Amino acid sequence: MNIPKNILYTKDHEWARIEGKVAYIGITDYAAHSLGDITFVQLPKIGELLKQSAYCATVESVKAASDVYVPLSGKVLSVNTQLAAHPELINQSAYEQGYFFSIEFSDAAEKTKLMDAASYRQYVEGLSK
Amino acid sequence: MKLIFEKHKEGRRGFSYGASDVVGAKPLAGKFCRATEARLPCLSELDVVRHFTNLSRLNFSVDTNFYPLGSCTMKYNPKFTERIAAFEGFSQLHPLLPQLSGGGMLAQGALEVLYESEKLFAEITGMSAFTLQPLAGAHGELTGVMLIAAYHQDKGLRRKYIIVADSSHGTNPASAAIAGYEVIVVPTGADGYLDLAQYKKHLNNEVAAVMLTCPDTLGIFNPRIKEIADMAHSVGALLYYDGANLNAMLGKCRPGDIGFDLVHINLHKTFGTPHGGGGPGAGPVGVSQRLVEFLPISRVIRRSDATFALDYNYPKSIGYIAPFYGNFGVILKAYAYILALGKDGLIKAAEIAVLNANYCQARLKEYYDLPFDKACMHECVFSASRQAKNGVHALDIAKYLIDQGYHPPTIYFPLIVQEALMIEPTETESKEALDAFIDTMIQIAELAKNNPSAVTQSPLNMPIKRLDEVRAARQPDLRWKP
Repeated sequence: MNIPKNILYTKDHEWARIEGKVAYIGITDYAAHSLGDITFVQLPKIGELLKQSAYCATVESVKAASDVYVPLSGKVLSVNTQLAAHPELINQSAYEQGYFFSIEFSDAAEKTKLMDAASYRQYVEGLSK
Repeated sequence: MKLIFEKHKEGRRGFSYGASDVVGAKPLAGKFCRATEARLPCLSELDVVRHFTNLSRLNFSVDTNFYPLGSCTMKYNPKFTERIAAFEGFSQLHPLLPQLSGGGMLAQGALEVLYESEKLFAEITGMSAFTLQPLAGAHGELTGVMLIAAYHQDKGLRRKYIIVADSSHGTNPASAAIAGYEVIVVPTGADGYLDLAQYKKHLNNEVAAVMLTCPDTLGIFNPRIKEIADMAHSVGALLYYDGANLNAMLGKCRPGDIGFDLVHINLHKTFGTPHGGGGPGAGPVGVSQRLVEFLPISRVIRRSDATFALDYNYPKSIGYIAPFYGNFGVILKAYAYILALGKDGLIKAAEIAVLNANYCQARLKEYYDLPFDKACMHECVFSASRQAKNGVHALDIAKYLIDQGYHPPTIYFPLIVQEALMIEPTETESKEALDAFIDTMIQIAELAKNNPSAVTQSPLNMPIKRLDEVRAARQPDLRWKP
């Protein structure tokens, strides 16, 4: 299972990669794998203000539709427009080309509520027992 | 099989009109004609009859084969109800008649059916009154959530949240969200029951209602349901009963007695009417006494002279939610079904539904993982995780079953079970039918171990083989073009 270091994770299987004041957001490889082939993604609007753990996107696969919750509060800076035509990028490259959107996060202290790679790995392994 | 458009032959007709013999008749003025000709296929009557007859032979239905589609309750729909619904006195009645002056007296039979149906649904569920208007289960849910909103508004309360279980039908959070509520999802604990600690954590005086399915979508009856109901009431929240699984507890226990304030019934599940899609649906909503004044109008009343009439005098009503009185024909079929089975028959139906599901569960649990190993109600939920390790997923098992003449169980639902296979045999199947299906499921488990590709390539015997579902979802091509 691909769980890169240096990025942060939620229990709902979202990830956030911090680059200065900006966080890139997506869903984890585990989530993408569990959903199966992803067919559609609905992303937030640029400029939208999101609160930590609030609904921010919907992801649909051949099996199910799921809500995605934003790991950190902030303002949406950009969205990954590639996903509209190529939702399979999430299955192929969950942490790079398959990112959902970026935000300018507003409260660095919120990071303490997220997991690091080691804790997330432990959490996921607990789920599949 | 070719589409009817591909069978088009220019100039071919099903019927030939003679020349008009109306003296002085003029052709339709150009402004009334469409600018371009409608592109309808040209075929003879026989071409059309053959096309649709052959299509109908590809149909899969409970009239042709076993249909254990979990959560959907694909029980057999007895044919006598069709005959009753076709009686001219019902089928030819104009729906506006009871609203016309004096018209009600010409529609007494139909009004009595509605009135008596309401009484029967109320008795079966333990509720005070029903609206029969909602045109489907999901429509009933939305109606129910609107009643919840009306109740709190009337008290001057602004409540923001509706709690649902993570095993709930997707329509529960959807109905709540459409009505303007924020949805809180409570997880299922490791024991298969609602996580009470999490539930307690989310309950507060901002919660408008708790929506639950009972037995839940894992097919499990929660023995602490009364406690869950009391906790909701203690913070002033209402309790909504999703009636999808009412068929499992008919005559055994009543949502109203547990403390539910609202109930919707899927007549096509519990009371043997045809399913939506194959015919109009109906999702009557029942309420406890404190919600009666908010029910949609019109309502059918019985006057002191024993005649029946429509009543509109409910100032706090949420208004109309559907034209007329719901799908009358469907309600009539359910009414006929209830009267034919009677109290003992309905109880027996629930008992056999539960017995059949437990029989399937007991015979299959050696071969498939059972995530929550306890007695089930009307359906059992397996996981194909063991088979998935060999590359045979729930989807492959479903496709293989199609080849063997079975409708697959529901797959990948409830969402909380990996590789879910949800089997609901219903009470209308014989032991022979169950055994044949179970034997096929055992055979699939063996193949998954020894010869997985025999399963993963199916279906092989169908007119259309394995569909590329991913491409169909990503690049839908919905319209045939020449």
